[in-house]
Amino acid sequence: MTPRFITRSLFFFMTLLLIEQFLNGLQIGLLLFLLAAGLTLVFGIMDLVNLAHGSLYMMGAFFAATLTEWTGSFLLGALLALPATALLGIVVEVIALRNLYTRDHLDHVLATFGLILFFNELARILFGVGGMAIPLPDSLLTHFEVLPGLPYPTYRFLIIVVGLLCAVFLYVLVQKTRLGMLIRAGATNREMVGALGIDIKLLFTLVFGLGAALAALAGLMAAPITTVQIGMGDNILILALVVIVIGGIGSIRGAFIAAVMIGLVDTMGRAFLPNMLGTVLSPADAGTVAEALSSMLIYILMSGVLVLRPAGLFPAPGR
Amino acid sequence: MLEPVLKVEGLVKRFGGLVATDNLNLDIREGEVHAVIGPNGAGKTTMISQLIGELRPDAGSIRFLGQDITHLPVHARSHLGIARSFQITSIFLNFTTLENIMLAVQAHDGHSFRFWKDARSDPRLREPAMAALEQVGLAHRAETVASVLSHGEHRQLEIAMALATRPKLLLLDEPMAGMGPEDSARMVTLLRQIKGSITMLLIEHDMDAVFALADRITVLVYGRGIATGEPDEIRRNEQVRQAYLGDEA
Amino acid sequence: MSSLLRLKSPITTIAGSILLVLLGLVPVFAMLLDDPFMLTLFTRIVIMAIAAVSLNLILGYGGMVSFGHAAYIGVGGYAIGILAHHGITEAWIQWPVALIGSALVALLIGLLSLRTKGIFFIMLTLALAQLVYYLGNGAYAYGGDDGLTILQRTDFGGLLDLNDKETLYYLCWVLLVIVLWLTYRVVNSRFGMVLQGAKSNDRRMATLGFPVFRYRLTAFVISGTICGLAGILTATYTDFISPAMMHWTRSGDLIVMVVLGGMGSLFGPLFGAVTFLMLEEILSSWTEYWKIVFGPILLLVVLFARGGIDGAMVRGAAGYALTGLITLFLIYVVHYLWYDDWIPAAVVLAGAAAAILAIWYRQRREAVAIASAGGDHA
Repeated sequence: MTPRFITRSLFFFMTLLLIEQFLNGLQIGLLLFLLAAGLTLVFGIMDLVNLAHGSLYMMGAFFAATLTEWTGSFLLGALLALPATALLGIVVEVIALRNLYTRDHLDHVLATFGLILFFNELARILFGVGGMAIPLPDSLLTHFEVLPGLPYPTYRFLIIVVGLLCAVFLYVLVQKTRLGMLIRAGATNREMVGALGIDIKLLFTLVFGLGAALAALAGLMAAPITTVQIGMGDNILILALVVIVIGGIGSIRGAFIAAVMIGLVDTMGRAFLPNMLGTVLSPADAGTVAEALSSMLIYILMSGVLVLRPAGLFPAPGR
Repeated sequence: MLEPVLKVEGLVKRFGGLVATDNLNLDIREGEVHAVIGPNGAGKTTMISQLIGELRPDAGSIRFLGQDITHLPVHARSHLGIARSFQITSIFLNFTTLENIMLAVQAHDGHSFRFWKDARSDPRLREPAMAALEQVGLAHRAETVASVLSHGEHRQLEIAMALATRPKLLLLDEPMAGMGPEDSARMVTLLRQIKGSITMLLIEHDMDAVFALADRITVLVYGRGIATGEPDEIRRNEQVRQAYLGDEA
Repeated sequence: MSSLLRLKSPITTIAGSILLVLLGLVPVFAMLLDDPFMLTLFTRIVIMAIAAVSLNLILGYGGMVSFGHAAYIGVGGYAIGILAHHGITEAWIQWPVALIGSALVALLIGLLSLRTKGIFFIMLTLALAQLVYYLGNGAYAYGGDDGLTILQRTDFGGLLDLNDKETLYYLCWVLLVIVLWLTYRVVNSRFGMVLQGAKSNDRRMATLGFPVFRYRLTAFVISGTICGLAGILTATYTDFISPAMMHWTRSGDLIVMVVLGGMGSLFGPLFGAVTFLMLEEILSSWTEYWKIVFGPILLLVVLFARGGIDGAMVRGAAGYALTGLITLFLIYVVHYLWYDDWIPAAVVLAGAAAAILAIWYRQRREAVAIASAGGDHA
């Protein structure tokens, strides 16, 4: 083995590792995007800060887990969980949140904080403290070679595909359809949409339901990789809020870019920081520090963006 | 001749493709009431916002009493002696009438990093504030919470706050907006009392009030000053009649 | 919704003073009932009340919705824990370091976040507090996310013995009284006027000639420092520090306390902290799933009882609010005499529901009255 061969194969190996981590980051970013998309739509159109969006993510995952158990099919469970969560979202909107649109953000934060507490406990009562697992069908437990020499889990790849499809779907929905036109108009000028004689209440409810379904999709897709747990929505909700603030409130495009950015930063940090820190720290300590550091990177990124661009990357016009 | 109190040269402000202020020149002389009139959308409020420092102009300069203030922040301009009344009443709704004025007095009575002494009972704030209230005829409402005052009283309070900062130049953004004839007349009387002691820039749609008060008038159309002169000149100016007065007079 | 009027409201002041005195007598009650746990609970309540009062200074009086106030609890607590870990337990080193540390962190967070407004401010304070939180998580030398036990409490020489429960309680209580007094002076001073003016209309404040940013930043730092004090006390009475004490939901709890009690009212956060933590205690002793009750209560308060407990008092629903507070105390006593009984919890729930319904009904009547009077000054 010549030194040159070693360098080359090392380089090759590093490239593969980098691609793999890139795919991981993309996958996390896309999950984050699905969650953030609903959040940013609701925020952009109704001007509602909905902390309970993370609860819909969690409930979606629990629904999927339960329905998968009943039906014996992950696909069927997932397909049923989406409308179920959308319905739950609509119920929450009609009962509680509808009355909050005219209030200030502080009231939103408080009321939806209350909803988080409620849903976490509800999940604990309904589904137990231990959480649930969603077993994947064998067909999804395989790996396949994305590139020669780079096997990648089929299921994770599926997440990326579904996430990208959703992004395209949302793009078309917002840019090309009548509903999308109303959504965009609503994000810029709420009174105008009302003045056009549109049933704005119905529009809000529909958008909220759509957001809930997207959150559920994110939750149930993440579930087989992690587990379905109480409070699984709490921390990722903060990340999703970070995403929509970086992206610019109300902007789907901004949410997409910011989500992928954060997914990559987080994954790369977790993947490479431990090795770098490992040269100076013991492995256990390096792990602790690296995890904290890569989490911090996200918030540093956000603070940096906001200090430079106080309304995010793609601020909605007229806001 | 003396240097004008306020000298605006070549002021430009664009919003995207829209030119809201288009190479505007303006001189305001010591002691005069200078009215700026123009149809809706002529850029009057945009101009005031630049004079007060809330908007940064894209080009041009603003000089106040010989000092270049183009890049000074809002609060610093206030300390030089520029005050403003807002078109949409902008007062502290949950303060009493007197407290509103006291806050204005406090702004020009040294810094406010004073953490201990009770502010409301401080005669250094109370007395000038009461005086300002008496000047505008609101003394009887001193202890009333501002949110329950009538619209006309809000406007009076608005002016009183501006006066309480002892300004050298007062920018009045439609002081008669939304007023009935009775309140308008009272406002004209009030402004006439102040006239002479404080230089004023007046933006107003009520032409009777403008011609009753103004020493000179500038006509603004699409962000450009098309004419400046004494009320009679403006009344006679053919261009102005066409652009603006024609469809009303 | 007048913050200034509220200060003058005698009902709130009387109720607040009574509550303070009652809190001062807690060690006596604890002795009479022979219930040492009561003292532990109320130490926590008094400490959280200090933190809530500090948040109220900027949230209630200044309109700055800081969603990261738990960070200062963390900074204050970690300063004590870290110094103790290295064998430095003298109060005259520990306390100043902790307070100055909190002030500096508040200065930094304030400098970055006060340039933004509205939701962006909320998010920036949250994000920067998360930074501090993860800093604690990564501090492997001090236990990382497992936290660190404090082996020796702060040494006040011969002055105070913090190992004595009553002494520690009274220290916290006295500090609460001092902090309330400080807040009272500050919000009624010229500085306080600027703070409240900027909350009401910051554009006008600038036009009047106030450099608003500086005043806001100062208030932010004062608030963070006082909250750091709460952190010192938290670390002292739990003998433990961990990142969990600055998790974002803790910041949420603090906001809830302030709003529940009544923003911009001197005693509001005190009512809020007492109610929040006692409800938590009572509900959680009734059912493991207490939050399923507490969450909706929070939602109902936001929807129907604006101005919180204090607002209810000022609006004339003093009866309900006072009864509620006293009921809480009584039920707490009852709850200890008949442990594990469903009656107290049921009474609390019924009482809370009745009070909220009553307040809601009253508000609706008022709203109807205003609407029919042609309220055009909105």
